[in-house]
Amino acid sequence: MSAPTFLGLPTAPRGVGHLRGDDPFPVAARRALADSQLRRNLGKATRTIRAKRAAVVGELPDWEALRDAGQAIKAGALAHLDRYLEQLEEQVTARGGVVHWARDANEANEIVTSLVRGTGATEAVKVKSIVTDEIGLNDALAAAGITAHETDLAELIVQLGHDRPSHILVPAIHRNRAEIRDIFLREMGDVDPGLTDSPSALAEAARLHLRRQFLSAKVGISGANFAIAETGTLCVVESEGNGRMCLTLPDTLITVMGIEKILPTWADLGVFMQLLPRSSTGERMNPYTSMWTGVTPGDGPQQFHLVLLDNGRTAALADSEGRQALHCIRCSACLNVCPVYERVGGHAYGSVYPGPIGAVLSPMLTGVEDNASLPYASSLCGACFDACPVKIDIPSLLVHLRARHVDEVAQTRRVPSPEAVTMAAASWVMASPARFEAAQRAGRAGRLLGRSGRIRRLPPPLSAWTSARDAPRPPAQTFREWWKAEHFAGEGGRAGGVSPPSQRSRGPGAPGVVPRESGAGGRPPGEAEHGDTP
Amino acid sequence: MTARDEVLGRIRTALGGEPGGGAHPPADPSSAGYRTHGELDQAALLDLLAGRLIDYRSQVRRTEPDKLLDTVRAALAERGARRVVLPPGLDLPGLSQPGPGQSGPGQSGPGQVGTLDGVELITDGGLSAGDLDQMDGVITRAAVAIAETGTIVLDAGPGQGRRALTLIPDYHLCLIEAGQVVALVPEGVARLRPDRPLTWISGPSATSDIELERVEGVHGPRTLEVILISTID
Repeated sequence: MSAPTFLGLPTAPRGVGHLRGDDPFPVAARRALADSQLRRNLGKATRTIRAKRAAVVGELPDWEALRDAGQAIKAGALAHLDRYLEQLEEQVTARGGVVHWARDANEANEIVTSLVRGTGATEAVKVKSIVTDEIGLNDALAAAGITAHETDLAELIVQLGHDRPSHILVPAIHRNRAEIRDIFLREMGDVDPGLTDSPSALAEAARLHLRRQFLSAKVGISGANFAIAETGTLCVVESEGNGRMCLTLPDTLITVMGIEKILPTWADLGVFMQLLPRSSTGERMNPYTSMWTGVTPGDGPQQFHLVLLDNGRTAALADSEGRQALHCIRCSACLNVCPVYERVGGHAYGSVYPGPIGAVLSPMLTGVEDNASLPYASSLCGACFDACPVKIDIPSLLVHLRARHVDEVAQTRRVPSPEAVTMAAASWVMASPARFEAAQRAGRAGRLLGRSGRIRRLPPPLSAWTSARDAPRPPAQTFREWWKAEHFAGEGGRAGGVSPPSQRSRGPGAPGVVPRESGAGGRPPGEAEHGDTP
Repeated sequence: MTARDEVLGRIRTALGGEPGGGAHPPADPSSAGYRTHGELDQAALLDLLAGRLIDYRSQVRRTEPDKLLDTVRAALAERGARRVVLPPGLDLPGLSQPGPGQSGPGQSGPGQVGTLDGVELITDGGLSAGDLDQMDGVITRAAVAIAETGTIVLDAGPGQGRRALTLIPDYHLCLIEAGQVVALVPEGVARLRPDRPLTWISGPSATSDIELERVEGVHGPRTLEVILISTID
């Protein structure tokens, strides 16, 4: 077991932003699973986007080589992160931009608030940006009397619906067209009451609603998909043109980026501008990408501020195994292929980073203790690893974080946890054949609980195990008993008064296979069935 | 300690004591195994670009240099545009010479107005966002086009203008020369200048935010039309 390796570096502070949910994952997931409309919306959306991604990824003969390159570039960028950030700062400054550094969410919010105040504006238009949601920027601006208008259609739906985003790419994926129409009619104020629920009519309503704001905006706020250390170039990838509006029309542009978004060289974009769109929207290329370097006289904002944010990223960097979570380019491919995400949606994860990568990234940014249930929010099926354009080994990271959590808890608790006691007891039992056999015989009492072949609820303290999955009904006979009966029947080796399975076995070709009625669904006795995953 | 020093210090702490001092060989595209050069000839490249543009719902016209003005004229007529903005430096061969049905701004200065078959052509000289919102369209050239992805890239150079020009009007007519077309994304990146503001455009603006159903035309131009100019074989 690896010891915690974050070297005492501060994680993202509590009480600000959206990296921690109100409820642990199992509680939130159970709530989400009860919402059949949500499950229908998610199922439809993830099926559609999975098919699109598979088609455009299949078009490229060098997709695996691009993934390898993406992984290598990101690893190299992190290995020299300090140097690349200094280089980025130097380049941006040389081209007329101003670079700010923020240790955490609170500091970033203060910087942005004071920059907006400095312009005299009380409104700002925003490009979709997960990092500003991570730090709770809109709340901080509102507290300072500044209104931030979300301009991405999905973010607008979320903002007008007083809701939370539930997907990295499509934050309103949990809403269907009828729900969106109702939100627009209720909240927009300037919308035609005859608005239909066709997506094109809804998009047109958003266009009209936002047009005036774009044309009069004084301050734009964005995140960044990439920042090039070598040239000081910032890059925002989008579809609707709201990003271009926010990045081009205001006098002042404020960009907030996590320090891990850096790429060393200009040529690296040749890799990432292939990996990101195909993995994200399932398109060969997204409709619009903006790249800018500092300030261009006569074109676009004449004041440019770049805020470089830590907020737990250096703590993640200090975990040499977990570090690769910082390679994430926020494409959301892992969400769309995840059997858990597809059923529970993004809200259940409690963080702006949902799905498989969120289950890794959120605990790394906050410290595992504050998101302790997320590393368990996975069946470890591995689909996320296959889909990841930068080859983040998410299943291994989930297991790594589970181990980190167990170790951290063990170090801080004076009384061992029930899990630790159970594991210690299991270790003692399994160390002796006699003890193991006795325990197996005792386990047969569990047959009383699972007459249908499954145990849905175990008594406390074992109820924690069955809160999210069924346990198999223990078989009538253990493997050891069966073996003895089969091979030593004449020597009085028959165990427990159970009739020898040899009379019912399928013949010599199938040793260990017992018929269905004798226990666990045709599996060898004693072998566990998989429980239902949440 | 400033936030800058503290964040940089944390990074060094986090990376410190790594085996090998955290050294990573810099990524070298030439040895990376992915494609960096396409192998199509120019005709095939243009066909691929046209196909990919159409696939993402751009409109495409093919023409030759001496027929460019006629093609532009036909596109504007079909669109029904009355007032169109041109970036400074947009040189349309044939437009600067007075002729039947036209009088042109050609290389003339900003703010000047010409006409082409009754369509007003207004050269940008710092029009406001509100002024641009009154225009029916914009005509530009581009810096590079990437065939495999159906992407055109504008770099605010001559004949392209500042970014707002191709953003606010609802119709963008973009002229691409055959020599500007590359096959692959890495080739496009290699041709671009990072010190210029760049806009990569792949089809008209679109959203899939409602039930993943694609809708063309949200905030950027709802119609993108591309004229591909190739020399005669």
